[in-house]
Amino acid sequence: MSYDVRVLRSDFPLLRRVVNGHPLTYLDSGATSLTPRTVLEAMDVYYSRHHSNVHRGVYQTAAEATEAYEGARADVARFIGAASPDEVVFTKNATESFNLLARAWGTAHLKEGDVVVLSEMDHHANLVPWFQLRDSHGITLRFLRVNDEYRLDLSNLDELLDGARLLSVTAMSNVLGTVTPIAQLAERAHAAGALLAVDGAQSVAHLPTNVATLGADFLAFSGHKMLGPTGIGVLWAKSEHWAETPPFLGGGGMISDVTLDGFTPASGPARYEAGTPPIAEAVGLGAAVRYLSSIGMDAVAAHELDLTAYALERLAHSFDERVRIIGPSTTLDRGGVISLDVEGVHPHDVSQVLDQHGVCVRPGHHCAKPLMRRFGLAATARASFGPYSIPAEVDTLVDALRDALEMFT
Amino acid sequence: MTQMPPLNDLYREIVMDHYRTPRNRGELPTPPAQRADGHNPLCGDEISVYVLINGDVIEDIKLTGHGCSISQASSSMMSAAVKGRSLEQTRELVARFKELMTSETADSSDQALRELGEIAALSGVSKFPVRIKCATLAWNTLTQALDDAPQQG
Repeated sequence: MSYDVRVLRSDFPLLRRVVNGHPLTYLDSGATSLTPRTVLEAMDVYYSRHHSNVHRGVYQTAAEATEAYEGARADVARFIGAASPDEVVFTKNATESFNLLARAWGTAHLKEGDVVVLSEMDHHANLVPWFQLRDSHGITLRFLRVNDEYRLDLSNLDELLDGARLLSVTAMSNVLGTVTPIAQLAERAHAAGALLAVDGAQSVAHLPTNVATLGADFLAFSGHKMLGPTGIGVLWAKSEHWAETPPFLGGGGMISDVTLDGFTPASGPARYEAGTPPIAEAVGLGAAVRYLSSIGMDAVAAHELDLTAYALERLAHSFDERVRIIGPSTTLDRGGVISLDVEGVHPHDVSQVLDQHGVCVRPGHHCAKPLMRRFGLAATARASFGPYSIPAEVDTLVDALRDALEMFT
Repeated sequence: MTQMPPLNDLYREIVMDHYRTPRNRGELPTPPAQRADGHNPLCGDEISVYVLINGDVIEDIKLTGHGCSISQASSSMMSAAVKGRSLEQTRELVARFKELMTSETADSSDQALRELGEIAALSGVSKFPVRIKCATLAWNTLTQALDDAPQQG
């Protein structure tokens, strides 16, 4: 199937918005992606026709709700190549997925002095839960550094992994766009006797993902960055790891029995999904991954690669070096997240001027403060693409950046 | 949702002047000066305010740090306005400035705007709610420095 981005754009109602007199130029998909109508409709159908609580009622609509919720789990499992839907646990977002991993798996498997290896490139979601575990359980943290080419410095990887229990690292930087060598990291981590957890919040939405060949033991991602709704995320783990992971939050739904003496946890994903889950959101995520599959993730990745190449080229040559790209300068092992440092213009001001052109980019530290410090920056202005992004939007960005430069010099 | 007001409301000429040529940049030895640090966790803006208090008067003030045009201009304008003022007048000015930032219409009375002097040029910031924190950072940090300063007889 050929990739017709014009047709695809018509599926996204928000792209019809006019902002400050300009058509919306949405370049913030790294923060959250736009939602196609099919996702909205799936959630609407759920609420209009099937809404009931899951896993309990015996009546017709309750059975339908359970079927829709578990159907979404199966859709997500297929989308990432999981061996079974039971390997897919629904969370609130990737952040909660990492908290589940650190609190439930981490507290059961890591004791004082055990080593977890993280990276300087990672999002706070894959840093703070481990700092919390260090503070409560005395684990030891080590960090992969980032080199001047905006890549993970792997020169001391074996040293860092020596005696480590877990390596937890992003597959694609939400600041630099850098795609990390997960297959290589998996091999080295496993050789050292460590497991590998991967932050897929950026990668799963933009690159084909197959956990059967990825080499990871855990994979965390968020629904709203992959055309799904907010409020739903995933932690995938191999069955053997789930089998050794105690429950996370306690409450209804995650038990098989409760007496006044205590409780017996449920088995399967329910064990980690206490309380009424985000049913409509799961249904929406199911629709999102079916939509992405119908386009084909290879086609999405190819489209975004072309667009990123075009953007890197235009940004590098339009401003007499007054706009610096904070990230790899070519599309080699790189995704469509482009952080900019605009000479003499603070990212907040860049973003403000761009807004007048209807251009949405994100100013700030992007929840990666250690990485910002590494490059001596307090903030960047970040443009990021989705499957619906087009070269004309890059042109609008370039024109708006020119306006910002003029205004502040 | 209403349309954003024009950028000229935000980036007035005098604001841009303070951004490009910030007043009172630098440090003061502590003690005798009092230092306070402020930061905006959302955008990473950071500021350090040094005030030298002599009796009841802010004898000198210096600023270091980095941030967007609004936070830099606001801190520069603040430093120029409070240097030589009494502590009481300074606290009054801080209160008036914060009112200016939170007033819904930013149509403060002419009298109030006149008393603020060139600082009134920042009144447009209140129409850009996301930027209010940028404008108030220096003022809150100044208040912190005044609160932390040892009482003088």
